[in-house]
Amino acid sequence: MTIVKIPPVLRQAVGGERTVQAAGTTVGEVLGNLCDQHPAVGAQILTPEGDLHKYVNVYVNDEDARLLQWTDTPVGTGDTVLILPAMAGGSR
Amino acid sequence: MSPTYQDLIARAREVIPEVEPSDVAPRVEAGDGPLIVDVRETGEWDQGHLPGAVHIPRGFLESRIGGVAGDTGREMLVSCAGGQRSLLAAVTLRDMGYTNVSSLAGGFARWKQNDHPVEVPRILTPAQRSRYSRHVLIPEVGEEGQLKLLDSKALLIGAGGLGSPAAYYLAAAGVGTIGLVDDDVVDESNLQRQIIHTTDRVGMNKGESGREAIRALNPEVQVNVHPFRVTRDNVLDLLSGYDVVVDGADNFPTRYLLADAALMTKTPLVHASILRFEGHASVFVPYDGPCYRCLFPEPPPPDLAPSCGEAGVLGVLCGVMGNIQATEAIKVLLGIGDTLSGRLLIYDALGMTFTELKVRRDPDCPSCGPAADLRLRDYEAWCAGVGTHASEVAGATA
Ligand SMILES: [Zn+2]
Repeated sequence: MTIVKIPPVLRQAVGGERTVQAAGTTVGEVLGNLCDQHPAVGAQILTPEGDLHKYVNVYVNDEDARLLQWTDTPVGTGDTVLILPAMAGGSR
Repeated sequence: MSPTYQDLIARAREVIPEVEPSDVAPRVEAGDGPLIVDVRETGEWDQGHLPGAVHIPRGFLESRIGGVAGDTGREMLVSCAGGQRSLLAAVTLRDMGYTNVSSLAGGFARWKQNDHPVEVPRILTPAQRSRYSRHVLIPEVGEEGQLKLLDSKALLIGAGGLGSPAAYYLAAAGVGTIGLVDDDVVDESNLQRQIIHTTDRVGMNKGESGREAIRALNPEVQVNVHPFRVTRDNVLDLLSGYDVVVDGADNFPTRYLLADAALMTKTPLVHASILRFEGHASVFVPYDGPCYRCLFPEPPPPDLAPSCGEAGVLGVLCGVMGNIQATEAIKVLLGIGDTLSGRLLIYDALGMTFTELKVRRDPDCPSCGPAADLRLRDYEAWCAGVGTHASEVAGATA
């Protein structure tokens, strides 16, 4: 199982949790499993075709998955997958 | 019988060569002169000294010379006010094993009489030395760094949650000029976190209110109030007047606009964003590290990116993140330490954890990549259209 860190904007979609355990051997499988467990997350981060939206950054441990093998990046027990959309807040 | 002062000077003259100012001045002016060691007291040094000289008051000569001279064979010229203290100091250096030491005949007085160039060090006033004494004590800042801060100009986008603590601490630190860009007025609901404002200034422009707070804290800081929104039409003018820009904006169009304008004006951009219990921070140094768009190629749609006004924010989170921005801005201005360039810092106040992610330059970045067609665009339209027609509006594929 891989730990998936959930950003604040998606926490409601996973019942308020800050991390979720998900199964799979690649980033794609882990996120797929996450979206199976919590379909509301899928509605936010996946396109109708099932691809990740471009505005969703995914990190495996501290490295940008885009610079690894994106959704094919292998992950295992002990790895952390972090979902990171940009935040805009600052002033008001 | 013990030797008198005159005996000591006479003995020093027997072993230490004396150099006339006119003989060494051409070399000093050409920048290939000896290492000039000025042994006068600080008050004398502050009035002016030979160009390029290093200052070691005579009382510290033995302890400090090793740090500046390097090897013992280095050619050194010792100078003082009239040419006598330097002779005695030169004897000390000779006794320490320095073999190539001479003394400036007639000292700084004769140098100045002969109209050779003089460097007058910029120094802190006694009031500044007292106000900034805790900075001056830090070797990485010191008097020189403090003078640099006093000469620096920082532009803060937003005098709100992030801008309030950032502006306050930058002003306290003596950043000489602070620009506050905000078209908004102080609202009662701001005061839970926007600590630069006060209850009796509700209704006042946030920049004006910030200026009042800064004036009370540190009157020597020049505050420029820019009471309008940053737009395509004013952003380049705004940024070009400042050394660093601190992004505390509250919306994506402004953040992407700033990111591109920072690249165009080559202004370092200190980034932070906040929501509820979580903050992001990074530093974007144009064409040296990644830019904002290398990190976030596209903004999320509005339902995935609520503002603090919609989703809330822990007031004190603003203090943590705004002060991380102030810290990074000071480091950028002083050129010290390792900034967050190339890293995104995520602070989770609920878990009290700091997580660091690597951020790399995207070779295909539409803003800073080699093939980028960098120009200011309609960021409102682009952000509104992300996921649908984003590419055509913002030239994301260019
Ligand atoms: Zn870039």
